[in-house]
Amino acid sequence: MIRVDGVSKSFGEVAAVNDISFVIRDGEITGLLGPNGAGKTTTLRMITCYLKPDSGTITVGDHRVDEDPLEVRKIIGYLPELAPIYSDMLVFDYLIFTAEIRGVKDDKRFREIAGLCGINDVMHKKIGELSKGYKQRVGLAYAMVHDPDILILDEPTSGLDPNQIIEIRNLIREIGKKKTVILSTHILSEVEATCDRVIIIHSGRIVADDRTENLKTASTAERHIFLSVGGTDFQALAGALRDIPGVASVEQVEGEGALVGAKILVRGNDDPRPDLFGTVGKNGWVLYEMSQKSRSLESVFRELTVGGSND
Amino acid sequence: MTKYREAIIIMKKEIRGMFTTPIAYIVIAIFLVATGFFFFKDYFYFNQAEMRNFFQLLPLVFTFVVPAVTMRLFAEEKQSGSIEILLTLPVSTTNAVLGKFLAASAFISLMLVPTLLYAVTVELTGSPYYGPIIGGYLGSVLLGSSYCAVGIFTSSLSRDQIVAFITAWAVCFFMWLVDKVTIFLPAKLGFIEYLGSDFHFRNIERGVLDSRDLIYFLSIIAVSLLMTVRVIDERR
Repeated sequence: MIRVDGVSKSFGEVAAVNDISFVIRDGEITGLLGPNGAGKTTTLRMITCYLKPDSGTITVGDHRVDEDPLEVRKIIGYLPELAPIYSDMLVFDYLIFTAEIRGVKDDKRFREIAGLCGINDVMHKKIGELSKGYKQRVGLAYAMVHDPDILILDEPTSGLDPNQIIEIRNLIREIGKKKTVILSTHILSEVEATCDRVIIIHSGRIVADDRTENLKTASTAERHIFLSVGGTDFQALAGALRDIPGVASVEQVEGEGALVGAKILVRGNDDPRPDLFGTVGKNGWVLYEMSQKSRSLESVFRELTVGGSND
Repeated sequence: MTKYREAIIIMKKEIRGMFTTPIAYIVIAIFLVATGFFFFKDYFYFNQAEMRNFFQLLPLVFTFVVPAVTMRLFAEEKQSGSIEILLTLPVSTTNAVLGKFLAASAFISLMLVPTLLYAVTVELTGSPYYGPIIGGYLGSVLLGSSYCAVGIFTSSLSRDQIVAFITAWAVCFFMWLVDKVTIFLPAKLGFIEYLGSDFHFRNIERGVLDSRDLIYFLSIIAVSLLMTVRVIDERR
């Protein structure tokens, strides 16, 4: 379990991470989602003891990062962004070096990890000569060679082609069955595809922290219906529509020609469209158009991370 | 020794790394050509079967050669980002710095091995005193290690290898120079001489092993390495 408690970190004047708290539970794949520069990497770097928090505490397992950094590093496998591994070393030498530092003596583990990450064919090559996909896999092998309980991956799929992305995601899901995995990304579909839980970070603050399906249902439970109605004005229309169950608010939008446009926010699982249709007809108005737009995870993300709707 | 287990592993990795890039071979070649030229110039032109000139020139050659070896040790890691890997492995900063220092010192010592041929040549064709030769080699290793520590320190300050090289060269050159400027200073300031690396090197090279000279070199190493550890820890 990783517990991050009121952690802040600034670089000079810039607050990269501002008083964030969250808990990562064992055996879950957690996605750290946020636009570029939101503080994802800084957060991961503090958990892995690469950076020291200015304030707040981070506990990994039973160890605090400020008291026991070496113990924390032992139970974590960490792959930084872009896998900056020594480019002039051979893959084999590099893994041997890592295993030696980590105190892994078991040759079987070595072969197992090479097989799992699919790097058996490139063992004798220089890391600098590998394609990005292979480099990333070598990075994963590096991070997992000591069979860590916690695997932390910073943008594991950035710079890969679509096939490689799918391969790496499958690999992560495979690993995530047994391990605690944290990955950071700014790609939404990645979170939807791989993560059990998602923490959305924006400008150094946490703006959402929930299970992925909850965020998704939250996003489908809240949707907009656009109406275009003729033969009335907005006041009358809004007055009539507000009483319909499920309608949370009615806003005026620009209508086509003499038509009245309305944007209706709907909450809950009831579908108010039959009632909307009925109400318009009952009042003798004419319905020209009705369309529903559900909020995707994408729009949740956009709303949370663009502009001021942070709370 | 288990406390320094990781330092030894890192040292081995660094030495391996030096020989997988051409830089090690270039540095060794330049070093041997330069020192070989000056040794055999005296040997053949002046019929002198002795190593004094070799050791006289060595401190100056080291001011160039040692920074060329140490410049990449941290700067390259910072440049490529691999330092993040190094510092998130279960390795203390002290062990990481120590491992790199040991690698550089070992490399410098290794570089001196071929020059033992000069000693053999002198032995075969003349009748040298052994004191200065043994002292010279001991002094060279100590001096080289001190410059390595300085070079590692400057390498930890920058992410640019060229900057690391030039800074290290400037510091090493200053240390070499400082005891030579005392002749321009009033006698009261004569103590400045003690700060010069060449002054202490010459003492050892004379075959006189004095604790003051040993302490000088060991303190340069200790201070530089401690500052390096500080720099790397502070960055966090």
